[in-house]
Amino acid sequence: MTPPRKSSRFVLAAGALALVVLAGCSQAQNNHQNSLDPHGADAEKINNLFTPVAVVAILVGIFITGATIYVAIRFRYRPGVNENPKQTHGNTRLEITWTIIPAVLLAIIAVPTVGTIFTLAEPPADNALQVTVIGKQWWWEFQYPDAKVTTANELHIPVNRDVAIKLRACDHGTCNVIHSFWVPELSGTRDVVPGRTNTLVISADQPGTYLGQCKEYCGLSHANMRFRVIAQSASDFEKWLSGQQQGPVNSLTTPGPDGNPVIADEPAPQLIQKFQCTNCHVFDDASTSTYAPNLTHLASRTTFASGYYELTHSNLVKWLQNAPGMIPMESQGCREIPQGICVGMPSFTENTPDGPNGKPLPEMTPDQANTIADWLLEQT
Amino acid sequence: MTAFTDTQALTAAPRPLILRRPKATTGFWSWFTTIDHKKIGIMYGATALVFFVVGGIEALLIRVQLAGPNGTLLTASQYNTLFTMHGTTMVFLVGMPMAVGFGNYFVPLQIGARDVAFPRINMFGYWVVLFGGLFLYSSFFLGGAPNGGWFGYTPLTSTPISGGALPGHGADFWAVGIVMLGIGSTSAAINFIVTILNMRAPGMTLMRMPVFTWMMLVVAFLTAFAMPIVTAAMIMVFFDRNFDTTFFVATKGGDPLLYQNLFWLFGHPEVYILILPGMGIVSEVLPTFSRKPLFGYSVVVFSGIAIGFLGWGVWVHHMFATGLGPVAISAFGLSTMLIAVPTGVKIFNWLGTVYGGAVRLTTAMLFSLGFIAMFTLGGLSGVLHSVVPADTQQTDTYFVVAHFHYVLFGGLIFGLFSGFYYWWPKIFGRMLDERLGKINFWTLLVGFNLTFFPMHILGLVGMPRRTYRYEPGLGWDTLNLLETIGAFIIALGTLVFLVNVIFTARKPRNALADPWDGRSLEWSIPSPAPEYNFAEIPMVEARDDWWHRKYTEDADGRLVRLPAGGAVDEADLDVAQVEQEHHIHLPSPSFYPLVVAAGLPVLGYAAVFLNPWLVFPGLLLLLFGIYAWGLEPSTEPEPIVALPEEVGAR
Repeated sequence: MTPPRKSSRFVLAAGALALVVLAGCSQAQNNHQNSLDPHGADAEKINNLFTPVAVVAILVGIFITGATIYVAIRFRYRPGVNENPKQTHGNTRLEITWTIIPAVLLAIIAVPTVGTIFTLAEPPADNALQVTVIGKQWWWEFQYPDAKVTTANELHIPVNRDVAIKLRACDHGTCNVIHSFWVPELSGTRDVVPGRTNTLVISADQPGTYLGQCKEYCGLSHANMRFRVIAQSASDFEKWLSGQQQGPVNSLTTPGPDGNPVIADEPAPQLIQKFQCTNCHVFDDASTSTYAPNLTHLASRTTFASGYYELTHSNLVKWLQNAPGMIPMESQGCREIPQGICVGMPSFTENTPDGPNGKPLPEMTPDQANTIADWLLEQT
Repeated sequence: MTAFTDTQALTAAPRPLILRRPKATTGFWSWFTTIDHKKIGIMYGATALVFFVVGGIEALLIRVQLAGPNGTLLTASQYNTLFTMHGTTMVFLVGMPMAVGFGNYFVPLQIGARDVAFPRINMFGYWVVLFGGLFLYSSFFLGGAPNGGWFGYTPLTSTPISGGALPGHGADFWAVGIVMLGIGSTSAAINFIVTILNMRAPGMTLMRMPVFTWMMLVVAFLTAFAMPIVTAAMIMVFFDRNFDTTFFVATKGGDPLLYQNLFWLFGHPEVYILILPGMGIVSEVLPTFSRKPLFGYSVVVFSGIAIGFLGWGVWVHHMFATGLGPVAISAFGLSTMLIAVPTGVKIFNWLGTVYGGAVRLTTAMLFSLGFIAMFTLGGLSGVLHSVVPADTQQTDTYFVVAHFHYVLFGGLIFGLFSGFYYWWPKIFGRMLDERLGKINFWTLLVGFNLTFFPMHILGLVGMPRRTYRYEPGLGWDTLNLLETIGAFIIALGTLVFLVNVIFTARKPRNALADPWDGRSLEWSIPSPAPEYNFAEIPMVEARDDWWHRKYTEDADGRLVRLPAGGAVDEADLDVAQVEQEHHIHLPSPSFYPLVVAAGLPVLGYAAVFLNPWLVFPGLLLLLFGIYAWGLEPSTEPEPIVALPEEVGAR
C-alpha cells in the first residue's frame, strides 16, 4: 500500500464525515431547538463565544490527527534503512514550548469566557416581565405573578423584552426532583433545584415558537417533559395575558342554595366530579394551581401533555381515558403501592383509581370522555 | 526479596481452621483460592470482558431504540434502566476492573517483584468486585434494576419508594452495589500503592519505573481517596431512602446539591482513574513499536501526577447549570482549562516518541495511535466544556455523550485493546492473530467514529441525553440512524476480537518471551510468566532496563545491538528446578478472602430488603472469614524449611 493511496482514503473519509456533518446541521437547521441558531440575546452571546473556540478546537483536532497519521506513515519501519533510529530521550526546549503554547491558547480563551460568564449573570432590564417556572414530574407550570395568571407547558413572552425567570422545584410545601429549563435558541440551561430559586433571563428577538426540554433526568417520563416558548409582539402578548385573566367560558360550579358553590348540574361538570379530576386540576380560576396543570383556559393552548401532543379532540379523548398509555407515568402501578404518591394522571380504563367509597372507579366510557373533551375544548 | 518469609509464619504450627488450607495451584478449583496476582489479573480481565459484552448489548438496545423517532423497542422504564446500567457497568465493572486486571498482572512484573504486597487482600478485592457486579445484576430479577442514572442524582434517587419518584428497589441496589464495588477497588488500590512503593527490585528507583506502573500508582491513590467520598454519598442516599434522614430533603433543611458536590468530587477523579491506565499502556506501546524511548519520560510522569492532583479541583464543571453564581463557575472553568495543559503535553510527547522512530504498525500500535487521535478529540470537546457559557448549552445533550465516549472509548477502551494485543503473549503464551487484529482495529475505529462523531452535532442542534424517544421533525433522524449503524459496526469489531481470542486459544503455546523486542522487565521472563515471575530478582540499572541489556547507543545516539544481549533463560520455566535452586516461597492459596467477600452480598441483600434475618448469615460469613484469615499464616510452612539458608542468602 503506497502512501498517496492511503492519504486519498483519508481525504475520502474526511469528506464523507464532513458531508454527514453538513447533512445533520442542515436537517436540524430550523427545528426551533437549535443552539447554533440563536434567537435570544444570551443565546447569541453564547454562540458568539462558542463559534471561534470551536473553530480553534477543530483546527487543533485536525492538526493532531494529521500529525499522528503523518508520523506513523513517515517513520514506518524499513528494514535496513531505519531499524536503528536515533535514540532521543527528550528535548527540554521543545517540551517547554508545547507546554506554553496550549497554556497561552487557553489563556486567550479564558478571557472572553470569564467576561461572558459575568455578562450573562447581569440582572435583567427594569421593565423585565417576571415569570415563575415550576418544574414538576413531568410538566411545567408557568406563573405570571403580576398578572396573577397560571398556565402550563406553553410560556408566552413578548419579543424584545427581558423575561426574568425564577426557577423553582417547590410549591405548596412540597418539592419535586431536579429539573432543568432549557430553550436552546433563547439561552443556556439553568437547573431547577429543590430548596433554591435559580434565576435566568431570556428574551426573543422575533415572534415564533421556540422549543424547550427538561434537561435533567427526572425519572420515568423525563423524555416527554418538553415545553414551548411562544414569543409574540407586545400587543399580541398583552391580548393573550388579559384573556388568561378572564373567568372560564364554562363554569364548573354554580352558586348553591346557601351561596357556596356546588358542581353545576350539567353533564361535563358532573363527570369531572365523578372522576375526581378536581383532586389535582383547577378548572375555573386561572390564578392558582394544585398538583396538575391549570385547565381554566386549556383551549387557548396548542398542545398538551408537556407539549408532546397537539391539542385535538381525538388526542384529548384518548388522553382522558388512558393518559399513561400516551405518556408513561408512575400512576400506572400506584394502586399496588400502599400509601404511595402516584405521579401523573391515572388511567380511567385500566387499573382505575379508587373512588370516595374506597372502591375502584368504573371505567370511563368513550361517550363520557367525549363529553368532558367537548367541554374542555370550549375553555378558551 | 519475597515478603512472605515472616518468621511467625514459619515457626507457627499448622492449625486447621475448619477449612483445610487449599494447596492446588492448577486446575479449575485453584481459581477460587488463588492468590497469584497473575491469575487474579486474568480473572479481573475475564470478568471485565464479560461485563463489557453485557454493557455493549445494553448500548445496542439503546441505539436500536433511538434509531428512529418515537422508537418502540423499549418502554421508558426499560430504557431508563438500560442507560443506568450501561453507565454503571462500563465505569465500575469494565473500565476499573480491566485496568486493575492489567495492573495486577504487570505491575509486579514491571517492578521486578515476585508477588504483590497483600496477596489475600488482592484476592478479596477481586471477589468483591465480581460479587458486587452479580449483586447489581441480580436486581433485574429481584424487584427492579437501578433506574436513576449512573450518577443517581438526589432527590430522585433518595426519595423513599413510597414517594413515587423512582419506583422499585433499583436505587437501593445501586447505592449498596456501588459501596461494595468501592470496597473492592479500594482493596486493589491499597495493594497497588504498597506493592509499588515497597516491593520494587533493587535499583528500580521511582524514576526508572515504567510509565504504566507509574500511572497505576497515581490511579491507586486517586481510587483510595475518591471511593470513600462516593461511599459516604451512597450511604446518605440509602439512609434518606430507607430511614427518613434528610440529607437531601430540601423541605427539611437538606440540600440536593450536596449530593452533586460529593458525587462529582468522586466522579471527576474517577474519570482520571479510568483514563490514566490507558495513558500508561499507550506510553508502553508507543516506545516499543517505535524502537525509541518515551520522549520526555519525566514530563510524561509528572503530567500524569499533575492530572491526578488537578483532577480534584474541577468537579464543579459537572454542575455549571445548577446556579452557583459567576465567581464559582469562573474558577472551575479556569481549573478545567488548566487540566488541559498537562494532558496536551502528554499528547505531544507521545507524538515526539513516534517521530523519528522505526514504526511497526502492529495491532497494538494501531490502537495506541488511535488512542492519541481519538483521545485528543475528546480532550478538545472537553475544552469546549470549560468555556462555561457554551457548556450551559451543551450540558446534558448528546454533545457531552460524544465528549466522554471519545475520552473513554476512543481513549480508555482503545488503550485497553492496545494492551490486549501487546501483552496477550506474556499472559497466555500465545500471540493474538495480527490479521484479525487489524480487522478488529479498523472496524472499531470506523464504528466508533460513526457512532459518536454525529453526537456532537445532535447535541448542538438540541438533542438531550437520557431520553427514550424523540419526536419526528426535529432533524435528528438521519444522524441517529447512522449512529445505530455505527454501534453495530462496533459490535462487529468486538466480535472479531472475541473470535480472535478463541482462535488464538487453539493455537500452540509458542509465543517468544520477548516477541515485540520490549523494553521493560516483563519481557525478560518466559511467556507465559511463571508462577514465581522471576527466578532471580533482577538488579535494575536503568530505565527500560531490559532494553538496555539488549541495546546500547553509538556516539550519534543510534541503536546498537549488544552481542547476545538479553537472552531469556527458558530453563527458568522448569518450575521444580527453579524452586529448588532459589528456595522461592510463594504465599499459599486461601479460602478466606472468598468467604469474607461472600458475606458482603448477603449483607447487601439484607440492606436492600431491610431484612434483619439476612444480617446474621452475612455477618457470620464476614466475621468467620476475617477471623480465620487473621489466624492463617500467609505462607503455609513447608515440611522442610529452608529458612537458615534463605536468610543467609541475603
